[in-house]
This record gives sequence, C-alpha cells and structure tokens, in this order.
Amino acid sequence: MNPALRQFADHFLMWNEGPLIWISDALIALTVVGIVVTLTYTKRWGWLWREWLTTTDHKRIGIMYLVCALLMLFRGGVDALLMRTQLAFPGEHFLDAEHYDQIFTTHGTIMILFMAMPFIFALFNIVVPLQIGARDVAFPYLNAISFWLFFFGALLFNISFVFGGSPDAGWVSYPPLTELGFDPGPGENYYLVAINLSGIGTIATGINFLVTILRMRAPGMTWNRVPLFTWSVLAACIVILAAFPALTVALALLLLDRLAGTHFFTILHGGNPMMFINLFWVWGHPEVYIVILPAFGVYSEVVATFSRKPIFGYKSMVASLLLISVISYLVWAHHFFTMGAGADVNTFFAIASMCVGIPTGVKIFNWLFTMYRGRILLTLPMLWTLAFIPNFVTGGATGILLAAAPEDYQYHNSYFLIAHFHQTLIGGVVYGMLAGMYYWWPKMFGFKLDEKIGKVAFWLWNVGFYVCFMPQYALGLMGMQRRMYTYPANMGWNTLNLVSTIGAYLMGLAFLVIVWQVLYSIRHGERDVTGDPWDGRTLEWSLPSPVPEYNFAVIPTVTARDMWWAAKHEGQMEHVRPRAEEIRDVHVPKHTARPFLIGLSFFVAGFGLVFQWYVLTVVGLVGVLCCLLIRALEEDDEVVIAADTIRHHEATLGRV
Amino acid sequence: MAASAHAMGEPHEAGDGALRLEYAHAHDRLRILGFWIFLATDMILFGCLFATYLVLRTHTDGGPTPAQLFDMRGFGAETLALLTSSFTGGLATLSMREGRGKFVALWMAVTVALGMIFLAIEASEFAHDAFIGATWQRSAFLSSFFTLVGTHGCHVTFGVLWMLVTGYQVLRRGLNPSTARKVFVVNLYWHFLDVVWVLIFTVVYLTGMVI
Amino acid sequence: MDSVRQRGRWWRFGLLVFAPFALAGCGQDVLVLHPAGPVAKEIDRLIVLSVILLLVVIVPVLALTAYIVWRYRDKPGNRAPYAPHWTDSRLLEWVWWAIPVVIVGILGAYTAKTTFALTRPPESNSDVVTVDVVSLDWKWLFLYPDEHVATVNYCVIPTGVPVQFVLTSDAPINSFWVPQLAGQEYTMPGMALRLWVQADEPGNYYGHGANFTGKGFADMAFTVEAQPEQAFASWALMLRQSAPPLTQAGYQQLKAPGVVGRISYGGFPKGLFDQVVWEDGGQYMPGMWNMTSSGHSQASSGSNLASLSGGEGR
Repeated sequence: MNPALRQFADHFLMWNEGPLIWISDALIALTVVGIVVTLTYTKRWGWLWREWLTTTDHKRIGIMYLVCALLMLFRGGVDALLMRTQLAFPGEHFLDAEHYDQIFTTHGTIMILFMAMPFIFALFNIVVPLQIGARDVAFPYLNAISFWLFFFGALLFNISFVFGGSPDAGWVSYPPLTELGFDPGPGENYYLVAINLSGIGTIATGINFLVTILRMRAPGMTWNRVPLFTWSVLAACIVILAAFPALTVALALLLLDRLAGTHFFTILHGGNPMMFINLFWVWGHPEVYIVILPAFGVYSEVVATFSRKPIFGYKSMVASLLLISVISYLVWAHHFFTMGAGADVNTFFAIASMCVGIPTGVKIFNWLFTMYRGRILLTLPMLWTLAFIPNFVTGGATGILLAAAPEDYQYHNSYFLIAHFHQTLIGGVVYGMLAGMYYWWPKMFGFKLDEKIGKVAFWLWNVGFYVCFMPQYALGLMGMQRRMYTYPANMGWNTLNLVSTIGAYLMGLAFLVIVWQVLYSIRHGERDVTGDPWDGRTLEWSLPSPVPEYNFAVIPTVTARDMWWAAKHEGQMEHVRPRAEEIRDVHVPKHTARPFLIGLSFFVAGFGLVFQWYVLTVVGLVGVLCCLLIRALEEDDEVVIAADTIRHHEATLGRV
Repeated sequence: MAASAHAMGEPHEAGDGALRLEYAHAHDRLRILGFWIFLATDMILFGCLFATYLVLRTHTDGGPTPAQLFDMRGFGAETLALLTSSFTGGLATLSMREGRGKFVALWMAVTVALGMIFLAIEASEFAHDAFIGATWQRSAFLSSFFTLVGTHGCHVTFGVLWMLVTGYQVLRRGLNPSTARKVFVVNLYWHFLDVVWVLIFTVVYLTGMVI
Repeated sequence: MDSVRQRGRWWRFGLLVFAPFALAGCGQDVLVLHPAGPVAKEIDRLIVLSVILLLVVIVPVLALTAYIVWRYRDKPGNRAPYAPHWTDSRLLEWVWWAIPVVIVGILGAYTAKTTFALTRPPESNSDVVTVDVVSLDWKWLFLYPDEHVATVNYCVIPTGVPVQFVLTSDAPINSFWVPQLAGQEYTMPGMALRLWVQADEPGNYYGHGANFTGKGFADMAFTVEAQPEQAFASWALMLRQSAPPLTQAGYQQLKAPGVVGRISYGGFPKGLFDQVVWEDGGQYMPGMWNMTSSGHSQASSGSNLASLSGGEGR
C-alpha cells in the first residue's frame, strides 16, 4: 500500500484502531449508499431538493428537525449501549479507555445538543404558529438558516468518530484537560466548532420564536388565552437568549486557547480554568430548563386534551413556567459545590436550586387536578405523560438531595448523579418529546401511530428505564464514580451494573419497536381525515391534517382560551372556520437554497478550523458572506398563493 | 409574512402622528423588534467577555500590565472617531426620516469613513503591541484584552461592510419602507457598538490607566 | 380495563427493581451510608433527614396519581364525577404553593446549618494533622508537612484526630473522594482547597478520583489507612528512616502521565506543595496558596491555619 495513503488512513481514518472504526465506516457507507440508491431509484432527488432542502415552511423544517432528532437519539443510544456493554462486567476489554472516553463524550453531547434541542425545535416549528393562528414564524428565512446550522453542526460533530477522532473529555469539556497539552488532536476542536455552529442557529431560533409569539398571535389571543405549550416556548426562548451567548463565549475562548495559543484557561501564564467552568454552567444549567420547559408545555396540552378538561390553574401554570426560567439563572454554581466556594455561596446556590422544586411541584399538582374530575383517555401521548409524573417526581426529589450542598459532597460525580439527571432528562424531556411526537404526529403526517405497537414500546421503555437507572443510584452510594471505563470486581458493584445494562438494552429494544411502529403506521396507521383526531382544544386542531402551506385560509379570531374547544362545544365556530368570501391572496416566502448553502459554507469553514486548514475556513466564510450579500440585495422574496387556489383547496377538503 | 399583518402590536408613530417609514410594513416592524432582541443577546456575549477580562486583568504572568500597555492618545483618538461616527449615523437616520435619500447615503459614507479611521488606529495599536511582544499568547490578561477589544473591532468591521451595502441600496432604490428599515437597523447596530466601546473605554482603558 | 392490570404489573416490576437497591442499603458495600467518622456522619444525618422529608411529599403524590388515574379513567359506567368546567381553586393553589415552600424552607435551613458546620474541624482535643494532596496524571501524591514523609496512592492517618487534607492538582482538575470519611472536594491547579476528615475506627477506606482526567482515570484509586495515633507516629518514623526521599527530579518524573502503584518516600523537597500551587496560578489568588500546610511557603511569613481567608475549602 502507498505509504502516504497508509498514513492518511491511520492518522485521519484511524484504520489502525480496530473493528469498532471499521464497523462504523461500513455502517456509514451502507447508509449513504442506501440513501443514494433509494433516492435515485424512486427519482426523488428533485423532490428532496425542492420540497425539503430549500423549504422555508415551518412545518417542513419542523419535520426535518424531528427526523434529525430521532437519528441522533439512535446514535446517542448506540453510544449508551456500547458503554453499558463495556460496564456489564468488571474488568472488561470490549472497549479500551480511549474509545470509552470518546463514546461517553459524544453520548452526552449528542443527547443534549443534537437530540433534545432539535426535538424541542421540531415541536416549536410544527406547533407554535398553528397554535397561535399565524401563517408562519416571524422570520422564515432565518428559521431555515437555524435548521441548516444545526444540521451541519451535528454532521460535523458526528463525522469526528471516523475522521480524526472524537472529543474525549466529557460533554462538559473542562479545561485544562481539554487544553492542547493534555488533549492534542482534532477531537476537542470538533466539539468546540460543531456546538458553536449549531449554537448560533439556536440563538436565531430563540429570537425567531420570541418575536413570533410576541407579535403574531391571532386577533383576540390575549396573554390570558395563549396555549400553555406556546407559553412554555416563550419561556424557553427567553432562557435561550440569555444563556447561549455564554456558551458561545466559553467555547470560542477555549478554541482560541487551542488554535491561537492564548491563555484563558491554561494552567500556566495566568489562565484560569474555573472561568470556563463558570461560563459553561451559566449556560449549562439554564440549558436543561430550555429542554424541560417545552416538555412541560407538551404535558399541559396532553393532560388537558385527554382528561377532556381545561388545564387546572392556568395562571399558576404560566407563573411557574416564568418563575422556573428566572430561577434557572441563579443555580449554576450547584454544579461545583465542591470547587472551593465558601459556605455562604454554597448555601445560596443550594437553596436557590431547591427553590426550582417549588414551581415544579405546583405544576405536578395542577396536572393531577386537571385529571381530577376529568375523563382520562389512556392514549399513547397520555401514557407517556402519566409515566412522566412518578418518574419526574422521584427524579426531582433526588435533585433536591443533590442540591443540598453537603450531600453533594457525596453524590457529586458519582453514579447517583448520573441516575438523577437521566431520570429528569429522560423521564422529563424525552417522555415529553415522545408524548408530543405521538400527539402531533397526525397533524404532521395525516395518520396516527399505531397504538398497540406503541404500547409495547411504552412498557418496554419504562421497565427498561427503571431497571437501568435505579441500580445506578445504588451504585453511586456504593462509591462508583462516573466516567470510569472499567471497575474492579471486589467493590460489590458487579450485579447492579449487569442489571443496569439489561435495562439499557430493554430501552434500546423499545426504540426499535418505535421505529417499527412508525414504519407499520405509514401503511396501516389510522388516517386522520378530520384534522382533529384527539378531540383537541387548541387552534392547530381546527386545520386539516397535514396542514396546507398557507396554514389558515382565513386567520381565526380568538374569543376563548381553548379556542377550538369553544368553537366545537360553545358555538364559536364562526370565528374559526373560514368563509369562502373572506379568503384573500396569501404571501409565502419563496423557496431558497441559500440557508442550505450558508450551513454548508459554515461546515466547510468549521472543518477547516478543526484541522487548522485555514484555506477551507476562508473559503467557507467567503461563501457565508456571499450568501449574506445576495440576501441583502434581494428585493422580493415572496410568492403569492392566489385566493382562488386556496378556495379550491379548502373546498376539496370540504371546509368551505 | 406580509400576510401575517394582523396582530403585530401597535405601530410606532412619529411625533406628528404619521407612521414612521421604517415601521410602515408589518414585516419590517417584526425585523426591528427581532434586531433589538439580537442586540440584547450580543450584549450578553460582550458581558461574558467583560467578565472574563475582569477576572484575568491582573494575570499578567510577568508580562506587560494594562498601565504599561495603554496609550491615552491612541484610545482617545479611537473614542473620538467612534463617538463622532455614532453622531453621523444618527444624522443618517434623521435624514431617512425626512425622506432625503442622498443625505442618508452621505452621512453613512461619513460614518463608514470614521469607522475605518477607528479600525486603522486600533489595528496600528495592536500591531505596535505585538511588535513590543505583547501578543495574546503572552499572558491571560493579554488574551482577554485582545479578545474583548478585538471582538468589538470585528463587529465594527462587519458594521462598515453592512453600512456600505445598505448605503448602496439607498442610492439605487431610494427610500422605501424596506430600505428605511435597513438604514434604521444598521444604525441601531452602530450605536450599540458605540455603547460597547464606551464600556471598553471605561472598564478596560481608563480603569487600566489608573490601577 | 387493560391498563389497570398493566398498572398492577408496573408496581410489581417496581418492587423487583427497587429490591436490590433496598438490599444494598443494608450492605457494607454502600459506603456513603456507612460513615466511619464525624464528618461523613454529619452528611449522612442530612441525607437521612432530607430523604424522610421528601418521602413525606413523594409518597402521597404517587398515591394520589395512581388514585386519580384509576378513578377518573374513561370507561363505560364509570360513576366518578365529571366536571369539565372546574378549572380553578384558590384554596387548592395556596395549598400546593405552600407545601413545597415549607419543605424547601425546612431542608434549606438544615442544609445551611450543615454547610457551615462542615467548614469547621471536627471537635477533638488532639492537634490537627495536615496532609497535602496533589493529584497528578494518574496518581495521588500525599505530602506530610509535619511528619516529613510522602506517599503515592495511599495515605495513613491517625484515628480520632481531625485531619485536614489540603488539595491541589498539578494536572487536570480531579476530585478527591473518600466516601466513608468525608465526601469529596475538587483538586484544582493553582488553588488549595481543604477537606476535613476524621476516622473513628482503624481501617482501610476506599478513595478514588471523582472527576475525569483522561485515559488513566479509572486507575486513580487510593486507600486511606486509619491507624491508632501510636501506630501512625511509628509508621511515619519508619518511613523517615528507611524510605528514600522524593527529590525535585523525582517529582518531575512522577508528574509525567502514567499509572503507578503504591510508593513511600522518607522526605520531600521543602515547600513542594506551595511551589506547585504558586506556579499553577496560585500567585493570582491571594489567600489561596498561602493557606497551605504549616508555614513553609515561599512568600508568606509564618502562614498558618489562622490565615485561611477567602476561597477556602470547607
């Protein structure tokens, strides 16, 4: 073999590292070939480009976010199973330390930033404009840019495993471990660049939805009538806008340390690693509220719909959302109680952290009393919501234990902590996202996901969850610390680790069942012909499924909190259903390739930064500037859907 | 977008009750609000850089200290140029309100020129610092100093490019709600950079001279 | 209905899953719940108190959830009341805003009390023993400034005597964790943080680095050996007389990344700990680096424990 090629293969493709890399390469190659062949065979390239890659329609962007989130859930899940396989028995050699370190790092990063975030953005995009009676988000073009920045950020992060090596210093990436001296190689650069790329997109999304909710609600939708999911998005957006700039700065400064030789967080020359830790958690803790708040919004919608009762204590629910978003800024130091802060500081952050439990507790009670004296339908979204309550109550309680600073001296960095945040992030966020996915799936695609298969997945997942994570609480108390790639046999940890691994595989199985459920339902799922399969309460259910591009033929007038319910049951239908003579031309944004190209250019620029091939960086940034320039000089970015077309379309749906 | 003209909140009215040009269309109103929110996030970004600078200010590693490095004439001239440019930027906005497109372009050209003077002085200051060995690799203080001030400088550079593109559009298309909004927004950005500079001037330079 | 049967199964599964947890709680393997000294016991008391307080809330909430779901499920012939317009109750809202406030109030007060208590040394008539700890890649160095001995990956402390571990790192951030004696505290480059420890009974206590530091991290275990005071003194004496001292060059060798076993030294360079803290950034943290050990630091005259100021451990 050509020595230069050989060196390239070993250095960048890491073919000398063994079967794990080869298998990954083969799987990626197979997937790519599969996609290309399928698209070519079904002649779908043009469809892909016109309908999806160049779209600015919030509903399609939402679906793309959803697909990415599920793919990333798969990737992160495979990482998790690899870790649990390694930890099933003491002293195993399934993975070596380097690969294990890379895998727990990518697992955490992907699950938080490339799974949970796009999942919430999927629901933001699909639901918010429909729920508030708008035709699109405030800035559809920017919305598409946000998506493509996320997409290419995620792509950059994911190729690291097979090209140059993944980051291996944990998803928190603390310096000085992540400084060049301790961690050379491109892995950490991948982490810093990829997250910042998608982070920019996230800030843009925050602005976009904040403006959308502030300014684009249908006439009559006062703050007192805004649906709770939309309220939760508003709260999450405020947190995004205040928190993400801190992450941008933290990562950018660490990148400068690595690429330009500065000394922000180095040990020598006056650097201060703790500065990074502060900046990171000033973002990091609000981040978990960013992902949990929309999940709370989903639960509120689902509970009300399937109890056939308006949400109990609406004002308390709104107040608690906003209160959580404020408190989320006052708790970051609880991630490092044991880093030398004084007792006064620790006490403040301990009590502030416990205070998060107050509004959260109120929400739990209000959900319970929404069901009280209701009629509870145990559909899939409702099942996930019901499973969330005990899960989150116990997970939240262990959170309060962790918040008690002296106790944290024992739990910190142990499997107790691991169990806690998985319980809140899976039991809270993932359950919420799955509930939301099941709930709004018919709105997106026009058919329901099969209940029977879904229930199998539900029970597998839930049993798997407790089998996996309850033992980890015990392991933490037994002294097992996180991030060890293997453990000795004499600590009494063996049985619980094996049990935990079994639970993880059950959850993996549940994921496969969900995939099967989707595939099965595409063909056999119950079709949604009314647009309102759940007897819903809010405006999105007044529209046909799937929703036409212009959303509302005529913008509805809102006269009640649960407007669609009021229309159906309290004789308010004339405010919601379009009348043919009221239908006017609708302006929608043109399709455009530029958001995709901006994302691609940033990808090229970022790839250049990772390997310090700065020519690529310059090329990429010039590409970005060109796109911006063309956009600035663009005079007309809208097309008109004629009133007649809309009238005709609505008539074929039998709605006018 | 245009179709979503409902429920945009109250349009902003000028003193005489007429609708200001940049607020005339619903989607322009949305963009102005969105831009205000963007500026808030950018302020937080600068806030983090300021915090980093304040923590690392004394970490000089035996290298140059703020007092040794800062030159009153240099940053004084920079301040003068930038403050004046903010004033001329304001004049551009005023001309826009009066509907005088040529004056808008003129004042924006002056603003761009002053911005470039600011950048030139800053670049020469940085070059001088680097020449005497005060690079950002030297110490944590210098890393945070160059990053904070340099980030502002990059913002100004981008602002200059943006002003040029916007001025060109005003000249080519005249003033309409869309170009008026663009003039308004780019000047908003410019004033924001001025505010940040005032903070840099105080927190970095003046404080550095004294302590 | 089907779902009710499933709910029954749910609880049985729950029992199965929680059973090892409960059983383990009684076993000696659960280090955190088997404290062997006053510091860890203090934490343990707070753990028990907070668990009880939380159970007071959790158990009724879980029971209420099960009851509500069962009672108001949608099935033909369910006679439970249906009140679709009952959506607000000021009284109830007051109740459940108040419940968590009270719980957080009580727990917060105890947390504050314990947090402050843990900054003070355990009560004792004996003199304090100081052990300086440096985390390296991937090993632990223990320096005894008063006994003039040093060890790697194990340390010996006297029983019944308050021991202050003064922690730093000359490598990436780690965390020094001895579950049965005191919990953990980070080891930070350029900072010296304090962890109070006291062992009541002789024994070997498990310790491990708790914050990830790279590929050798899983090997960063150490043992804290508690021995009666007499035995401790004679151990130190024996080391001073028989073990070779640690030199500056030896320290540089030790510092290089790698995994080693247990090592003993009959001495170490004077001021090594302070030097490490100072060079790694302690010079920028007044009150931090000179709180260390017992007064042989470079720049402070007669620094001692009384000079502990801002940014102390606990």
